[in-house]
Amino acid sequence: MKLIDKMINLTINGIELNVEAGTTLLEAAEKIGIHIPTLCHLDLHDIGVINKNANCRVCMVEDEKRGRLVPSCAEKVIEGMRIQTDTLKAVMARRTSLELMLSNHPQDCLTCVKNLDCELQSLAHEMNIKEIRYQGEKMNHPKDLTSKGIVKDSNKCIMCRRCVTMCDDVQTVGILSPLKRGFDVVVATAFHLDLADTSCTYCGQCVSVCPTAALAEMNDTPSVWRALNNPKKHVIVQVAPAVRAAIGEEFGFEPGTILTGKVVSSLRRLGFDQVFDTNFGADLTIIEEAKELIDRIQNNKPLPMLTSCCPAWVQFIEHQFPDLLDVPSSCKSPQQMVGALTKTYYAEHNNIDPKDIIMVSVMPCVAKKAEAAREELNKDGLSEVDYVITTRELSRMLKEAAIDFRKLDDEPFDFLLGESTGAAAIFGTTGGVIEAATRTAYEMLTGKELKDVNFKAMRGIEGIREATIQIGDMELNIGIAHELGNARKLLERIREGKSNFHAIEIMACPGGCIGGGGQPYHHGNIDILKKRQEALYTIDASLPRRKSHENPMVVKLYENFLSEPASPKAHDLLHTTYSPKERI
Amino acid sequence: MKNKILDLSTLDKEKLMALSVYIEALEEDKKEQLIHVLHKAQSLFGHLPQNLQWFIARKLDLSSAHVNGVVTFYSFFNEEPTGKYVISVCTGTACFVKGANKVLDRILKLTKTTKNKMSEDGLFTIKDVRCIGACGLAPVITVNDKVYGNLKPSDVDKIIEQCRGEDYGH
Ligand code: SF4
Ligand code: SF4
Ligand code: SF4
Ligand code: FES
Ligand code: FES
Repeated sequence: MKLIDKMINLTINGIELNVEAGTTLLEAAEKIGIHIPTLCHLDLHDIGVINKNANCRVCMVEDEKRGRLVPSCAEKVIEGMRIQTDTLKAVMARRTSLELMLSNHPQDCLTCVKNLDCELQSLAHEMNIKEIRYQGEKMNHPKDLTSKGIVKDSNKCIMCRRCVTMCDDVQTVGILSPLKRGFDVVVATAFHLDLADTSCTYCGQCVSVCPTAALAEMNDTPSVWRALNNPKKHVIVQVAPAVRAAIGEEFGFEPGTILTGKVVSSLRRLGFDQVFDTNFGADLTIIEEAKELIDRIQNNKPLPMLTSCCPAWVQFIEHQFPDLLDVPSSCKSPQQMVGALTKTYYAEHNNIDPKDIIMVSVMPCVAKKAEAAREELNKDGLSEVDYVITTRELSRMLKEAAIDFRKLDDEPFDFLLGESTGAAAIFGTTGGVIEAATRTAYEMLTGKELKDVNFKAMRGIEGIREATIQIGDMELNIGIAHELGNARKLLERIREGKSNFHAIEIMACPGGCIGGGGQPYHHGNIDILKKRQEALYTIDASLPRRKSHENPMVVKLYENFLSEPASPKAHDLLHTTYSPKERI
Repeated sequence: MKNKILDLSTLDKEKLMALSVYIEALEEDKKEQLIHVLHKAQSLFGHLPQNLQWFIARKLDLSSAHVNGVVTFYSFFNEEPTGKYVISVCTGTACFVKGANKVLDRILKLTKTTKNKMSEDGLFTIKDVRCIGACGLAPVITVNDKVYGNLKPSDVDKIIEQCRGEDYGH
């Protein structure tokens, strides 16, 4: 028997409609093409972000029957309701809410990092605000510049709490909370600690949903400009897989347009001496990781093995599950592998002093900034990666340099660390790393050719996925989680001894790196993530080689430099360690 | 600052043990009982220093930010040690209209302190609180558990003097 939901009749701006009980006025209006401005409201069901505390009041509409104004994002439909969204009373109420918010806002849009990408700003435009009638006392909080990843400027905070919802409900890290109340309320870290002193993972997902510049990535573009202008330095750049499927959005391309060749040529125009591909490092990561997995399975070492290429996830496990540090793979991430090899293999090959090399990476990710600064990855005073800029920062640099991205020709990567397979391309999406690893592990374990490389069971966008793959006479149990809240669920299963997984892939961001905290803002449109994901699978399918161990330049690297997977030299350069941290 | 928060050695060991025992004995969903735990902790320690808040967060498996948010939301909880006399000035609407701010300013001046900070002589902590439900008597303050209503600034002077007097009397 199908339950029949109760239907409700109401009118909006005189238009009669009939909607399910429980629908909000905002949703009902949308159904008939009436747009109501919103700000604090954010409902991204697909990725579990539901911020509905109705505190900004820019969505007020008039309820004629009851003769009052109600917030449409929270108010549910009632039988016989008569709603007006466009009466002078409703419009003025919305304006007043916005003006009050603007009255104590810094109003330095011209030089703000969110200029033209800010929801508060576009709302002021949309609502035709031409003067701010109130003058509020400006807040005076110090900017938090302590961490490598995130800048927190509370003076620009409008208390919408989207970040709190993201960090608490989706990531379960719990770094931010409203402190105090009433006029004094501020969204802050516990005890107003410096962000660098907290267990923040720098996943940057709070940045992705913050409507203003109260949360933003650390700006590393000045350092990169300086490096590019230093004639004594050999400046090399690498680009992560997810960047090429997203950067087009900053230049008017359709989401999901693949722009690898243009990214490469744009980086050459900026003046980088070599343009390397993080995908090369991804292929290498797969070989080392597959080797480690097989070793763990065959020699009764700790299982499951968890992937370790997402630094936000590594930070999460160190702080939240310090008792489980034997589960992540010891492999460094592709970014760090490329960095380490650039300063050894490439430097030797070209007779350059590694101290004269500056390695820059372009990442979809904010956490990569913090990863590059990890003590474990900066041994003997030599950094593997010097500066990390996000997809957004690169697009800003290109605009600044007046490079017409749309008109650029496609160019290939430079050769030593530039070759990659389809397996590497899918690193940027949830499920991709483990699919790539399975392709290689299959052939390593069986010695036979894997005919169909598409493991469709591992693909998708659900938060937690499981798959069992037959490899020879063994069944390989695979787990996949994206978003840290989902990772937490799998880790709790491991802690309780209830997991039968051999390998688990974890990525901190919704959808994996395609939804990274450094990607072009999706402004709540989750379809964009799906299009970026499709783009990566398209790259995979289009390449002649789709197994990491078939990457000819990686084969050469082993022959000429590392000798073999998991060799002592490979361990020295490509593997790392983790240490327990206090959760705070 | 981080190290100060992670350092529990400044907290009285026996009281910490008593708090742990209390938390262990809680049934089922401990997370839901944060407010009770905070009340218990404040009754043991007199106030809720930040390292104690962190300790409670860890014990209940809650985020420190959440615990700190709750502690700073309710005026009943004190992050700092409090004076012998805790004076709460109602700044609810009715009291506000009847000049609560003037009363507050006067009290802060007389006790030579700022909001939520114990006065140097250890006698006073002054807070502003939301409506305490005695609007008919606005403006209203409470001194520890005693309510004073229909206040004029001169009444304030008397109340403060009285507190001081009582204290010297001892
Ligand atoms: S970066 Fe991630 S972990 Fe840190 S505060 Fe933002 S959402 Fe939370
Ligand atoms: S920091 Fe940004 S997301 Fe968080 S409450 Fe403030 S404005 Fe909203
Ligand atoms: S999922 Fe990717 S983008 Fe997100 S934190 Fe991890 S590595 Fe960075
Ligand atoms: S969008 Fe409705 S109250 Fe903020
Ligand atoms: S407003 Fe002060 S007691 Fe109600």
